[in-house]
Amino acid sequence: MADDAVIDTPEHAPVVTDGGVRRRDFINIAAVSAAGVGAVSVLLPLVSQMAPSADVLAESSTDVDLASIQVGQGIKAVFRSQPLFVRRLTPKEIAAADAVPVASLRDPETLAQRTKPGKTEWLITMAVCTHLGCVPLGIVSTENRGEFGGYFCPCHGSQYDTAARIRKGPAPKNLEVPDYAFTTDTAIKVG
Amino acid sequence: MSFPWAQHYKPSHPLMVYLDEKLPLPRFVYNAVGAGYPVPRNLNYAWNFGVLAGFCLLIQIVTGIVLAMHYASNAGIAFDSTEHIMRDVNYGWLLRYAHANGASAFFAVVYIHIFRGFFYGSYKPPREMIWLLGVVIFLLMMATAFMGYVLPWGQMSYWGAQVITGLFSAIPLIGGALHTWLLGGFAPGDAALNRFFSLHFLLPFVILGVVILHIWSLHIPGSSNPTGVEVKTESDTVPFHPYYTAKDGFGLGVFLILYCAVVFFAPNQFGHPDNYIPANPMQTPAHIVPEWYFWPFYAILRAFTQDFFIIPAKLMGVLAMFSAILVWFFLPWLDRSPVRSGHYRPLHRKFFWVLVIDVLALGYCGGAPAREPYVMISQVLAIYYFLHFLVILPIVSSLEKPEPLPFSITEAVLGKDDHAVLTA
Repeated sequence: MADDAVIDTPEHAPVVTDGGVRRRDFINIAAVSAAGVGAVSVLLPLVSQMAPSADVLAESSTDVDLASIQVGQGIKAVFRSQPLFVRRLTPKEIAAADAVPVASLRDPETLAQRTKPGKTEWLITMAVCTHLGCVPLGIVSTENRGEFGGYFCPCHGSQYDTAARIRKGPAPKNLEVPDYAFTTDTAIKVG
Repeated sequence: MSFPWAQHYKPSHPLMVYLDEKLPLPRFVYNAVGAGYPVPRNLNYAWNFGVLAGFCLLIQIVTGIVLAMHYASNAGIAFDSTEHIMRDVNYGWLLRYAHANGASAFFAVVYIHIFRGFFYGSYKPPREMIWLLGVVIFLLMMATAFMGYVLPWGQMSYWGAQVITGLFSAIPLIGGALHTWLLGGFAPGDAALNRFFSLHFLLPFVILGVVILHIWSLHIPGSSNPTGVEVKTESDTVPFHPYYTAKDGFGLGVFLILYCAVVFFAPNQFGHPDNYIPANPMQTPAHIVPEWYFWPFYAILRAFTQDFFIIPAKLMGVLAMFSAILVWFFLPWLDRSPVRSGHYRPLHRKFFWVLVIDVLALGYCGGAPAREPYVMISQVLAIYYFLHFLVILPIVSSLEKPEPLPFSITEAVLGKDDHAVLTA
């Protein structure tokens, strides 16, 4: 009630500081602030528990032996519980990848940028479509490789070329190249 | 809500009198779905589907709770525990088939309920809030159904989880981190399966809560009716019980015949054989599709294959898919015609049927493989879908000359014969 003026009678006069702030205002703000901070600090673990746990985050690296992979062949390895494409390109596939004008690509990268120096024939990428995460087809030559001879994602029709670059369909990016290094001439360590 | 002529609850048994003083629950039921709720006398069978949807929710909650007594939400044994339910648990096959097909039945019923709303303009004032709550229920249903489909941890479950959570990775800047946070990992696994199970158990009760709000807000203006003319006098209404309890009971019988026919004779008709293969993170099935009730929206998602100005195709598809449902929230303000019912709107009802065909065709394309000509057809259909709501509806509501409305529901039902008007 607006005219409930009890607290304004002289014996109940609110304590007003110089700035015109009543003690009760201060108590209100302090109490609500404390409750707010409390609520946020309770929310933090509730939100954070959804993030990857320590055992999931404990990254592992994967060693892949390339010795048995012939030119034109490819294998599917596992890296961080996701599939990984390891493909040995044919000279024809390398030439096809190099022949594409880089500026015309949705995610412009050359084959050389996506492989290691002197190891252009080894195309190592995640086998996770950058659209919605399906495993594309085409690591084996008998599978559908799409119009560009690389990979074809059956879920929504994204097509990758022989450098695993996105050429057609809804995917926004090229297949991701993970961190890896050649430990010997015929072996790599991914991660 | 009540019209002044609503019947009053009068308990006669001493126990009921006592209960009415202490906790008037029977009075609440009487006024909600009993003789105390006056309902337009002219409701047709399209008005059965609200009750049917409520019944489907009940089927899902009851069968779901008992299935949860046997299911194990651990990625290592989830698939086996589902097979354990199918093979070893007493009547487990029945419960699981009833639950899986219950989801299909729930969506079928709710789609008819929604399209009933489209045709009869049920979303118009004073019933906007009922409509908005209904769209919220539909979104919750979609989330619940998706997470439920992941639980058997078959190939379709796994790749469905991968693709649907992948939608969130389309969000600029935070998408990747959000995706990882939602899954609790970099790919679907134990963490994702457990949280989906937890939420799949919770959300139906959230739906139940919103359903109660939906019915609460319905009871303020009262049910709409096929003429779209508001109730004027007592002769326009009949008590919900026994008139519509009987009519809904008949509809429920027909529904149960169809539902049981599917559960007992074609329980896998709406499923995918691939989901009887255990989840394999290394191999995507050649043709992954969601359940049939998501097909129209899935077709819209896939219709975007080219970047749209600065927006990447992936984000565009995701935005379009969500917008296809979110646009329903604006329906009460997009359709400005003062006439509700399609019966009196010659243009609106034609475009309504075009929309029905458009959505059915989108559904067909959504279930088809991601190749031409389906992609191109989906593009045309998706454009028409948005044109319908954003352009056609507003224009039709301003251009159209509605047909004359009856003076009242009674007149619409009985003609102008004064002697036929009920006065009791």
